Amino acid sequence: MGKTLFNKIWDAHVVEKIEDGPSVLYIDRHFIHEVTSPQAFKGIEKRGLSLFRPKQTIATADHNVPTLNQHLPIKDQLSKMQVDQLIENCEKHGVALYGLGHPYQGIVHVIGPELGITQPGMTIVCGDSHTSTHGAFGTIAFGIGTSEVEMVFASQCVLQTQPKTMRINIEGALQPGVVSKDIILYIIAKISASGATGYFVEYAGSTIRSLSMEARMTICNMSIEMGARGGMIAPDQVTFDYLKGRVYAPKGNAWEQKISEWKQLYSDADAVFDAELHIDASAIEPMITYGTNPGLGIPVQAHMPVLESIANEGERKNMEQALRYMDLQSGASLLGMPVQHVFIGSCTNSRIEDLRLVANLVKGRKKHDSVKVMIVPGSQQVAKQVHAEGLDKIFTEAGFQIRQAGCSACLGMNEDKVPAGEYCISTSNRNFEGRQGAGARTLLASPLTAAAAAITGVVTDVRELIK
Amino acid sequence: MQALKEIHSSFVPLPAENVDTDQIIPARFLKATTRDGFGKNLFRDWRYENDDETRPKADFVLNQPQFSGTILVAGKNFGCGSSREHAAWALLDYGFKAVVSSFFADIFKNNALNNGVLPVIVSESFLQKTFSLSPADALHIDVTAQTITIEKTGEQESFELNPYKKTCLLNGYDDIDFLISRKSAIEQFESAKA
Ligand code: SF4
Repeated sequence: MGKTLFNKIWDAHVVEKIEDGPSVLYIDRHFIHEVTSPQAFKGIEKRGLSLFRPKQTIATADHNVPTLNQHLPIKDQLSKMQVDQLIENCEKHGVALYGLGHPYQGIVHVIGPELGITQPGMTIVCGDSHTSTHGAFGTIAFGIGTSEVEMVFASQCVLQTQPKTMRINIEGALQPGVVSKDIILYIIAKISASGATGYFVEYAGSTIRSLSMEARMTICNMSIEMGARGGMIAPDQVTFDYLKGRVYAPKGNAWEQKISEWKQLYSDADAVFDAELHIDASAIEPMITYGTNPGLGIPVQAHMPVLESIANEGERKNMEQALRYMDLQSGASLLGMPVQHVFIGSCTNSRIEDLRLVANLVKGRKKHDSVKVMIVPGSQQVAKQVHAEGLDKIFTEAGFQIRQAGCSACLGMNEDKVPAGEYCISTSNRNFEGRQGAGARTLLASPLTAAAAAITGVVTDVRELIK
Repeated sequence: MQALKEIHSSFVPLPAENVDTDQIIPARFLKATTRDGFGKNLFRDWRYENDDETRPKADFVLNQPQFSGTILVAGKNFGCGSSREHAAWALLDYGFKAVVSSFFADIFKNNALNNGVLPVIVSESFLQKTFSLSPADALHIDVTAQTITIEKTGEQESFELNPYKKTCLLNGYDDIDFLISRKSAIEQFESAKA
């Protein structure tokens, strides 16, 4: 029987399997950031250890950093302490840091791929659930807790139980106005926020093959929102073309050799998955969420479910609570509903292609008076590219504010927050209660749908604007 | 890590489904650089009006004195969302030793186990039965036998626990000690791979 892509990479990284227990899994690359690493550094020091393989850990500051005036000292003292601590820890333990002020700084899941650190066939972890993003390159990449960060520091390994495998096949052409964010929101709405718990997902099929690397990253990024351990896509020419020439990508002979290795990374034709799902791409429409978990999404033209029609009591209560928090009417449509904020950013949709999509739509148009629009590029390199291509002019003329790289309003750890009770269409990945600030109401959507709302001031079907 | 063999306690019911780690511990409390003191911010935004500790929300279970104990019983898909281990630290610091639910998110489950907080997976019907008990009723969790029992009725279910993790829990061992003990195997793996 053939092997799945997941099993090929997994098997190549198992140091040993504990009888009746998890496996010792070797980790090729470890990313860290300021929020989930300090306690792990402390733990190592308390044990009197040094980092086992410091060169395989890469650090950046992203969650807690301001996105305005990054050249000035951080005002929030607690945030400053955390960022300072990261600098100190990295210096002390010999870890490369792309911190504030560094031209490579940015959201950890944006910079890893962008610098060519993320490469096919690797195992990658980070104390951050959206580590699944890196799976777009054909890697086993997943989020870990701080105790596990400490494990990697101590041994370059984590203890992991092998997850089950699921393949999601997406075939066919996408409708105009539909982008990769819509694909993943569609899948999560279909199988629910816990539909892939216990599984590692491989995305396959002609639709996936036709997507760019950045679009693939958006899909893998949100795998965790359906509970999956991670998501992955087999590498192909698109992957190789993206990686070629990047700062840390292999060069010369090493590149040729790597390519031939990477070409072996696919699920064999007779590989068997524990679960398999088939999706017709042409059925996918621009999506939007209305509830307080990413599984509560609908096509932007559709109506929210009618409460009374939900048979399961737990689910109904859940929905009731979500609608109450969001102050929305069961059974109603979202189209035409005013929004006060548009946030374009986060590790889901803050890459240059996302911003090009937005710029294309808003070029020559202006934002609606009643909306505040914030664009937060995923990294310093993305920001640089925005300027190089003149997209900043388009955004400024449209009345959008462009800020500096970081996680920003995706989780509201810095001052970028949505005020209580107000609505924000966000290109990020989580619409949990209070995620963008206490009492904030988040509607997740694609960069196109977000840009459309920026122009009209209300929830809009972007297809109306691209006719 | 503290060893955990059994728990005998009343419980705190939280019937909500999909309780995410942003609710367990909101992001603005993640600025600390130690593991201590998260308990006072556990479920912060469900617990207080306008983030004001002098205005507890009367309808939230942690503010209802009739409910207490070291076991939290929650609706399915508990701990979804962010990988923040701070969620497990907050539960532990507040005084919870176990969380009972019909379904846990993966990363949370690992984080809880790594901190000696036991995730107990029960059937949906056992969960609903537990929710219908009165506040004074106690649960008994036996780690060795891998069983959970409703004291009053004697109803019992066994729960899954990875044998390796079980040994760790019963003895208070942690994974890092184990991994360090495997260093030479790891080095061998590295040289074979290179
Ligand atoms: S952008 Fe949001 S989801 Fe991504 S790493 Fe930052 S906080 Fe997490």
